[in-house]
Amino acid sequence: MTLTNEQMERYSRNIILREVGVKGQNKLLAGKVLIIGAGGLGAPIAMYLAAAGVGVIGVADADDVDLSNLQRQIIHATSDVGKEKVTSAKESVNNINPDVTVNAHRLFVSADNIMELISPYDFIIDGTDNFPAKFLINDACVIAKKPFSHAGIIRFTGQLMTYVPGEGPCYRCVFKEPPPKDAVPTCRQAGVIGATAGVIGSLQALEAVKFFIGKGDLLTGSLLTFDALSMSFRKIKLPKRENCAVCGESPTIKEPFDYEQPVCDSQTHIECYGNP
Amino acid sequence: MKLTVAGVQKEYADGINVAELVALEKIETPEYVTVSINDEFVENGSFPDTAPHDGDVVEFLYFMGGGHDAY
Repeated sequence: MTLTNEQMERYSRNIILREVGVKGQNKLLAGKVLIIGAGGLGAPIAMYLAAAGVGVIGVADADDVDLSNLQRQIIHATSDVGKEKVTSAKESVNNINPDVTVNAHRLFVSADNIMELISPYDFIIDGTDNFPAKFLINDACVIAKKPFSHAGIIRFTGQLMTYVPGEGPCYRCVFKEPPPKDAVPTCRQAGVIGATAGVIGSLQALEAVKFFIGKGDLLTGSLLTFDALSMSFRKIKLPKRENCAVCGESPTIKEPFDYEQPVCDSQTHIECYGNP
Repeated sequence: MKLTVAGVQKEYADGINVAELVALEKIETPEYVTVSINDEFVENGSFPDTAPHDGDVVEFLYFMGGGHDAY
């Protein structure tokens, strides 16, 4: 694919990098990423990947923008309060880079929709806050053989790992089952500094870029942890669990399932199951 | 004996088991922590029966939610 003069200028700082070049830029432009959750992590991920020229960015979220989101979800602005998050995210991304095709998926992921949802994409990014969704995304990506980036943030800390099929442990190797509801604090309960989401989301965006250009080492078999208070990173080696229920030698999980169904009534059914 | 726990090398009592180590290190929500010794996971049920040896590297891995506050 020949880049236009405008694209050569827009992506000049990418292209000048030995690891990217025109070839790498074309790989980015041909890339298809799905970001699940247009929140604190999803915001910087979508914005940096859009700016880098990733060709197709899917954003899945069923929520509307709330005033309390704006402390960290920098893809949304004050004027977006009340708007669908996927619409607000799509508008922001299109403003950053009209080259990018944004697919707005107004839904919460569930076992019923996740396989179809992830199918057209090359790289999946988990920007969700709850453990049933994180396990669902892991299981679906392992079963569909899709690479994905997992991350979590809370208070002043964050962590991320990358799964590549056949190349290392999955999220379920590390954490076998989700903790019971409310057993582990969430950002809503414990708080989080917005810039922490920015650090971790930006690192997830970097993993996606590296995946597409095929350079460097991904966080496969490693968990990178970040503590903003001590300003320290640690890379912890993760073994693969041979008896993992989904990626092990004799998997017992062969299709995705929901640990908890979203709480739905007739009013919110469409939001939960996403069929507009 | 010396152990490297969460990246820090310190002196610990000989024979200390993983359950005692988790308590000593004041791990938040200890029932949901994943522990590895020398890059091998310790099964959650066997914390009291597993004792690291001198020079071992112990890591704690924590559940962490994410950036999206719905669901």
